[in-house]
Amino acid sequence: MADAVLEADRLRKVFRLRGHGGGDGEIVAVDDLSFALAEGESLAIVGESGSGKTTLARMLVGLERPTSGRITMAGRDRSTPARRTSERRRRGRETQIVFQDPYSSLDPRQTPASSIDEVLRLHFRLSRAACAARVAELAAQVGLDDRQMTALPRALSGGQRQRVAIARALAAEPRVLLLDEAVASLDVSIQAQILNLLADIRAATGISYVVISHDLGVVRQITDSTIVMQRGVAVERGTTADVLHRPQHPYTQLLRRSVPAPGWKPARRARPAPATEPRA
Amino acid sequence: MRPVIHDLSLQIGAGEAVGLVGESGSGKSMTSRAIARLLPPGAAVSGDITFDGQPVMRMSSAELRRYRTRGIAMIFQDPRAHTNPVRRIGDFLTEALRTTMDVPKDEARRRAVRTLAEVGIEDGERRLRQYPHELSGGMLQRVMIAAALLAEPKLLLADEPTTALDVTTQAEVMAILDELRRERGVAVLFITHDLELAAAVCDRTCVMYAGEIVEEQASASLNAGPLHPYTAALLAARPRLDGPAGQLPAIPGHPRSAFEVGEGCAFADRCPYREPECVARPQALRQLEAGLVRCRRAEDVHGALRAISLEAGSVG
Repeated sequence: MADAVLEADRLRKVFRLRGHGGGDGEIVAVDDLSFALAEGESLAIVGESGSGKTTLARMLVGLERPTSGRITMAGRDRSTPARRTSERRRRGRETQIVFQDPYSSLDPRQTPASSIDEVLRLHFRLSRAACAARVAELAAQVGLDDRQMTALPRALSGGQRQRVAIARALAAEPRVLLLDEAVASLDVSIQAQILNLLADIRAATGISYVVISHDLGVVRQITDSTIVMQRGVAVERGTTADVLHRPQHPYTQLLRRSVPAPGWKPARRARPAPATEPRA
Repeated sequence: MRPVIHDLSLQIGAGEAVGLVGESGSGKSMTSRAIARLLPPGAAVSGDITFDGQPVMRMSSAELRRYRTRGIAMIFQDPRAHTNPVRRIGDFLTEALRTTMDVPKDEARRRAVRTLAEVGIEDGERRLRQYPHELSGGMLQRVMIAAALLAEPKLLLADEPTTALDVTTQAEVMAILDELRRERGVAVLFITHDLELAAAVCDRTCVMYAGEIVEEQASASLNAGPLHPYTAALLAARPRLDGPAGQLPAIPGHPRSAFEVGEGCAFADRCPYREPECVARPQALRQLEAGLVRCRRAEDVHGALRAISLEAGSVG
């Protein structure tokens, strides 16, 4: 695909279990997964615990090495660890990640201004004044004021901390932003603010998103296409509207039915799960 | 001293399910802890809690122990934090029966297995010998529910019992709770941040903001006819499954806690309908149509709120 900014080709990740429960075993966390992310596209990876979505995210940013398969970013292979610092930095600049828990993804002793400044100094050669100007620009983009930018994270609310995490990720001017359950722990009223912010940023910068989420409402709001994963395998894919409104796979249909809405009644059902449940 | 709950009154009938919905800091968890008399040491409490005609705040320790076994039971968001990791599931399930109710060991275990079957765990005998770490989150939450129901309490306090679970597991656990409540006639106070989930399983829903109830009405009519601007804003801010995926009507600012707000309406600074009068004096919870609302402009804005929720609420 010519215009793909990020491509995954037959990705597979196997974790070996040694001596666990009497005998060696293997867990296939991600199995034969391929996708292409276009410039400016927003792709959802939907699934529940154990579906492999977080392992996929970790492979995309280089925190895990695929067992087999290729990850290509802007035409360059990144499935093996970077050998040089410059290469590692370049990869870091191209892909940034925002995690679920803003309480643990920020340094408790560093102000937002300083943590963003650190990213700028790592990736770009900017004068002190240019750095400060860029920090102010990023703060404005995510809606943080001067007082918040110079406060410690403990003085900020969950929504404000997530804005800091987004600003810090954007500081590197990434082409792809990975959002790993980035709004899952926020209050509904704050979640709406952050979702609007993410939509505005994509419209303004043409950045691409990979949105890892279990929340179909969130997925509908900020993605164009969706891959549904179950136990490491992509069971359904298509445009987000199609997948949510005309789900074909039984698992997608089950997910869709499980979302509370007006008139929804929870029903006991035969689970399409193995007889022995996987351990959490 | 900072107030976390401010002027809260609530009634739960026998066998009734009441939803208590709010965002962080609204005081919803503190409300359930107050009912269980599990408030932090040193908390200053005024007001009364009456259970079956008995004043909870004046119970002796023996009465309190009986109350917490036969009267009420609690389940929490994170079952792993509320089970002892070095004790087996069987010990956990039978402890209350054996210590408070003097049920013999074998009988207690038989009842435990039977109750596990009711929450959808068939191989109870094996489960009783397992430790919490050997069970998945959804499985352990079912064990929590079984433990809560074993002593046959009259009221179950369920504090975000499905928030940490996958959506399909959530649906399953909610179905189990709903079924058991109807079969056994247990009253439930269901605490959650999810208005739609509460509305789906509760007879009545109370919406909390900054330590007070701002709206209370039958769940069946809440989605279509919210009475308080906050409820309408919450319903509208939630992303819908059926689009259109434009800008979400977010609520400006952030949720307040009781100690952050003044005498008047706590929601006023985020409310599009506010008037200077709204913050001038405390607003009382009062009757409107079939519900209760704490908003002096409730009649004026009722039509507008209904329109907002109709636009947002086309079947999600």
